[in-house]
Amino acid sequence: MPPVSIRVLRPGLHTTVQDLGRYGLQHLGVVPCGAMDVVAHRLANALVGNEAGAATLECTVVGPELLFEDMSLVALCGAAFEATVGGEPLPQHRPVLLTPGTRLRVGSAVRGARGYLAVAGGISVPAVLGSRSTYVPAAYGGFSGRALRAGDALDAGAPALAQTRFGRLKNTRSTGNFGSTGWRVEAITLPPANIVAVRAMEGRHYGQFDAGSRRAFFDETWQVSKDSNRMGFRLAGPALARRSAGELLSEPTCLGSVQAPADGSVIVLMADHQTTGGYPKIAEVAGADVALLSQVAPGGALRFVRCTVGEAREALQRLHEKIAGMTRGIELQYGG
Amino acid sequence: MAVTRKDFSIFPLGDSAVLAEFGTRLDLDVNLRLQRLAEAVRAKRVPWIRDIVPALGSLALHFDPGSVPAGLDPVEAAERLLKDSLRGALRAPRGRSASLEVPVCYDPELAPDLAEVAERVKLSVGEVVRRHAVAGHRVLMMGFAPGQPYIGGLDATLVVPRRATPRMRVPAGSIAIANAQTAVYPFEISGGWNVIGRTPLRVFDVEREPAALFTPGMNVRFVVIDRAEYERRCRL
Repeated sequence: MPPVSIRVLRPGLHTTVQDLGRYGLQHLGVVPCGAMDVVAHRLANALVGNEAGAATLECTVVGPELLFEDMSLVALCGAAFEATVGGEPLPQHRPVLLTPGTRLRVGSAVRGARGYLAVAGGISVPAVLGSRSTYVPAAYGGFSGRALRAGDALDAGAPALAQTRFGRLKNTRSTGNFGSTGWRVEAITLPPANIVAVRAMEGRHYGQFDAGSRRAFFDETWQVSKDSNRMGFRLAGPALARRSAGELLSEPTCLGSVQAPADGSVIVLMADHQTTGGYPKIAEVAGADVALLSQVAPGGALRFVRCTVGEAREALQRLHEKIAGMTRGIELQYGG
Repeated sequence: MAVTRKDFSIFPLGDSAVLAEFGTRLDLDVNLRLQRLAEAVRAKRVPWIRDIVPALGSLALHFDPGSVPAGLDPVEAAERLLKDSLRGALRAPRGRSASLEVPVCYDPELAPDLAEVAERVKLSVGEVVRRHAVAGHRVLMMGFAPGQPYIGGLDATLVVPRRATPRMRVPAGSIAIANAQTAVYPFEISGGWNVIGRTPLRVFDVEREPAALFTPGMNVRFVVIDRAEYERRCRL
């Protein structure tokens, strides 16, 4: 049976295919990539009955307009969007069955910055170096190694898969344009409208910064700058100064490493981060809060809340348990 | 090479990685040792470690947070793993490191900074090329971009700082020097190093197995090729 065909009518600001990332090759400089908000990506997949590692479409600030030529089961999680299906509002954070020929428009994000559109069966693109994630700087992975463009045609799971899975769901309801459920999952990474609190640990070079900079880092409010992308978020705020200006040897970096180069700027490394870097690390964002941070749109404000490595690890453990619990709840709705 | 507890200091890198620091200054022997250590750790195939990244003077172990066994303190476990592997890595017979000949065309059109480098180090362009295109280089680290090597062993007379203003677009295959190292750009990217030549080799190609031409620890010899040979090899 031929796969579901999805035509890209409008690409949105920066829509890419992402999965859980490309690990195991960082010693060759291969950056991990993957969904910026892994939590929303996982939940969207669970809602359409996919494995967590199936590829989804990551929508950024303004999403795409897509034509689903075949019957499809989709779910949109993460940021809250002005999204419509055939002109009606799209219910988010729940499975939605689209009839053949449906136009789905993911408009502007009204809260949060990134949405994950999962399609039953997963977005079908070849795995490159073990992952379907797009890495735009080197033009590989995802759909032709780039963000979507108008006129692109994507494949996803088979139409029969959509119907079978939706048929197994309890508590469904249908309108003229689509079928959905009376329940939805919680949008756990949707940031609050004012200042987002992001837990962070002191980085390994924290002690090299002067006392004022160390205080300012955790006391002041930071703003996500427009120069932020999947590689890193630049933050505007107080200028930070190291007590000595000595150069560091390039060393490995992580998702969530907060670098403070000599010009006083601050950069949080995100999904497409370089594998190594020579800038001092003033902090490391807690793994449990990276997804939340990725939902802060340019112009949005955040504060860093100090935590220990132990607390961060516990928070991550609790987040994993929460996602597992939500996934089990969804499986029960599928009669599993 | 005595093995003591003081071989490295260990630091958590957030909640999902640790960094073992062997030195804060570039030391080629220390670098060689930590490359061997990285391979010894890799050979153990620990299921909850998903990346082992050796750099210039340090080595990171990245955990897969979903598969760290319950009750295990990954920082302590990583430290133990490194200590155990360190003994094994030094006892094991030293295999010959892989080596690679890298053809380089030093034609001025492909080497926009060569003349400036020659002026700065007070040597002729020909002499700069002669001192660069030799054996004795070694990959110290991979990083910045997929497949990009940081190659040590540059002739001490060729040490120059980075350019004051980075170039916005450095073509793929560009051979560039800064400080005491040579880098090879895998893609057209921006970069602040001094471009002194270009190789026709494909530095990183996801269609090829392995995708990366260079690997950490590899011995490198740069070999001069002329423009005609460069063009011919680009067409291959």
